[in-house]
Amino acid sequence: MTRGPVLILGATSGIARWVAVALGQRGHSLWLAGRDREELERLAQDVSLRTGAVATAVPFDAMDMDGHEAFFADLVSRAGIVEGVVLAFGYLGEQERGERDWREARAILDQNFTAAASVLLVAARYLEERGQGWVCALSSVAGDRGRMSNYLYGSAKAGLSTFLQGLRSRLQKSGVHVLTVKPGPVDTGMTFGLPKLPLLAPPERVADDIVRAIDRRKDVLYTPRPWALIMAVFRAVPERIFKKTRL
Amino acid sequence: MTPERVGGLPTKRLEGLGGWGRFPTSDNVAVRPEKFRQLQPVGASSLARGMGRSYGDAALNSEGTLVLTERLDRLLEFDPESGVLRAEAGATLADVLAAMVPRGWFVPVTPGTKFCSLGGCLAADVHGKNHHRDGTFSAHVAAAEVVLANGERVVCSPDDGSELFWATAGGMGLTGIVSEVALRLTPIETATMRVRHTVARDLDETIGLLTDPAHDARYTVAWLDCLASGARLGRGVYMAGEHARPEELPLRIEDPLRLAPKRPKPFPFDLPGWALNPVTIRAFNAVYNWVQGRRREFLCPYEAFFYPLDGIHGWNRMYGKRGFVQYQYVLPTATARQGTKEILELLSRERKASFLAVLKRFGPEGPGFLSFPMEGLTLALDIPFSEGLERFLDGLDEIVVAHGGRVYLAKDSRMSAQTFRAGYPRLGEFLEVKAAVDPEGRFGSDLSRRLGIGR
Ligand SMILES: Cc1cc2nc3c(=O)[nH]c(=O)nc-3n(C[C@H](O)[C@H](O)[C@H](O)COP(=O)(O)OP(=O)(O)OC[C@H]3O[C@@H](n4cnc5c(N)ncnc54)[C@H](O)[C@@H]3O)c2cc1C
Ligand SMILES: NC(=O)c1ccc[n+]([C@@H]2O[C@H](COP(=O)([O-])OP(=O)(O)OC[C@H]3O[C@@H](n4cnc5c(N)ncnc54)[C@H](OP(=O)(O)O)[C@@H]3O)[C@@H](O)[C@H]2O)c1
Repeated sequence: MTRGPVLILGATSGIARWVAVALGQRGHSLWLAGRDREELERLAQDVSLRTGAVATAVPFDAMDMDGHEAFFADLVSRAGIVEGVVLAFGYLGEQERGERDWREARAILDQNFTAAASVLLVAARYLEERGQGWVCALSSVAGDRGRMSNYLYGSAKAGLSTFLQGLRSRLQKSGVHVLTVKPGPVDTGMTFGLPKLPLLAPPERVADDIVRAIDRRKDVLYTPRPWALIMAVFRAVPERIFKKTRL
Repeated sequence: MTPERVGGLPTKRLEGLGGWGRFPTSDNVAVRPEKFRQLQPVGASSLARGMGRSYGDAALNSEGTLVLTERLDRLLEFDPESGVLRAEAGATLADVLAAMVPRGWFVPVTPGTKFCSLGGCLAADVHGKNHHRDGTFSAHVAAAEVVLANGERVVCSPDDGSELFWATAGGMGLTGIVSEVALRLTPIETATMRVRHTVARDLDETIGLLTDPAHDARYTVAWLDCLASGARLGRGVYMAGEHARPEELPLRIEDPLRLAPKRPKPFPFDLPGWALNPVTIRAFNAVYNWVQGRRREFLCPYEAFFYPLDGIHGWNRMYGKRGFVQYQYVLPTATARQGTKEILELLSRERKASFLAVLKRFGPEGPGFLSFPMEGLTLALDIPFSEGLERFLDGLDEIVVAHGGRVYLAKDSRMSAQTFRAGYPRLGEFLEVKAAVDPEGRFGSDLSRRLGIGR
């Protein structure tokens, strides 16, 4: 079965790679967008060999927000239609550095929130007009509660999650579905070597969960599953207690 | 909190890391390149590590840095004309099989697990049940790209007369980091194997089946009951397999190249060390012989034929926390029968038996300087850890060396530098190439330091 083309923004991400493979196996053709040309070409080759899907690399820089409009228009003209958009780019950054150096803080806020909002607004107009399709964006459990160790990243992801709630509501009228993915810690380049992390989920497994949630038109996905419960507990802790934790 | 960096990459501490046998273990520091261009030696001493399926200390580098290749596992290009697949060295045989079997192609040589990286397969120059027909892994490698100590990337191949290729094939990661492999695949028509099991009552019968052309097949191996003694010494089951042809399959199979999907069952816990004492092993062997002996010819999915243990994820934990030692030797044809007899006698006498004992015939030796196979017979044993094991294995080494054989580096964790040198007469040639491509000894492992191959 062949299904419509999917655009993956930030396709070199450890998680996105396996989302691409899972979507390819379901028969979607893929447009792999990112800023690392060489890696994207390798990925495209890999996805096509593993799945038989047509995968094409396209240059995209999330931080070039003025260019998002033209990027998307160009992509639509090449792809014919766009069925789904996966937004995977993100930047964990260094909290402590961000507290001292505004450039780092800003990079964290922009890459996770501003740039995501920018490209999603462009995609939303297209999908809304088309009257079908879906958006799947990778936020994070880190956005569910501010913590001293990563509130720059966390607040940007919180912003993204809230943005997606509103977008979901807007687009449902046009039959376009929006999925917010909130992964727990995943074993990718983002987390490799970080101390004190709980068990890291394999990206393949997270990707399978994501693609199943897209199929089922879920609104919010916590993956791996236990994180739904963990975060429910986390959110329930009163602020006057939570603020004293060193998390 | 950000991790320390080496060569621009974040590091991770892997404490108590071992090989598949979980003995020995050491504390290691690793980097994991996520992008192809990041695959480089880092720090003063580096070593590539693939899937960690070598048993001993071949993929450990406690005095340097491990470069994990697991994320550089992309399949890049396949040419159906030549059957050559180009892929990154971190790709596993499982990755290749999943993508290529449905297209009618099989890996040309496979060890008893598919969770091995292409880089690891070339570095150990692995052999499979078809060694007597098809040779080792490197015989099917059209070309390999190696990242050298100075960071340079060189493509080498058997055809360009390159010494680097034959030092890298079997070179256990000590010449550089293999980054890409172009592998010539084998065409198949079905994902099914046609298998014939024959019971052999003693060692002569077992060896007879392995060497008699009338019983030969592309894939052959014999499982041995190591506790049998006296007249039954060396009794076992001979297994011969061929890729089945479509007309041999039952009609109800729709696509002969697809297997029903099956998830491996995880092995849930560490068994206590006593669970595999000689009594349980004896029972296992007896049952095994009985069950297998009754089957004669049958069809089975390739997974069950090549990877009976992969169905149980983490089966190495079966041996308990203390781990186990795998011991594999090869003896040249002239002395193989006598030497193997002596070793089996020692095994059955000392009750050190092994859960698995696999006997296999090797064909002619290949050109890899440190490749393990030579024409003759090879026996692989799993031996659970116990008191006095060191001495016992030293005794096996003596028999092997006395008969002109050698012990397999990918499975070794304890042999002495002398045993190693006695078994690998082309070490000098290997060291010459190593000195030329790695003059500062930037690639080393716990194994290489133990055996005096490199720093
Ligand atoms: C159940 C089981 C059955 C087995 N059966 C067989 C068998 O039948 N025949 C056989 O020959 N072997 C067999 N083996 C051994 C196994 O095939 C080899 O040890 C193989 O090297 C494992 O690959 P790996 O990716 O796990 O390598 P690792 O264990 O990670 O590394 C092994 C060696 O290869 C080097 N290496 C790994 N990747 C690279 C790279 N990219 N560049 C350079 N060097 C590299 C390492 O430095 C190390 O020296 C078996 C192992 C198991 C667990
Ligand atoms: N890993 C986790 O534990 C975890 C947990 C929760 C949520 N998430 C979120 O899940 C998503 C994927 O995470 P991951 O772990 O797979 O990340 P990753 O492997 O670190 O990948 C991050 C990706 O973002 C891309 N990117 C960053 N800035 C970009 C820009 N300006 N333009 C284009 N691409 C850019 C990177 O591209 P380059 O290759 O060019 O650098 C890379 O592909 C992220 O949004 C992350 O925040 C991750």
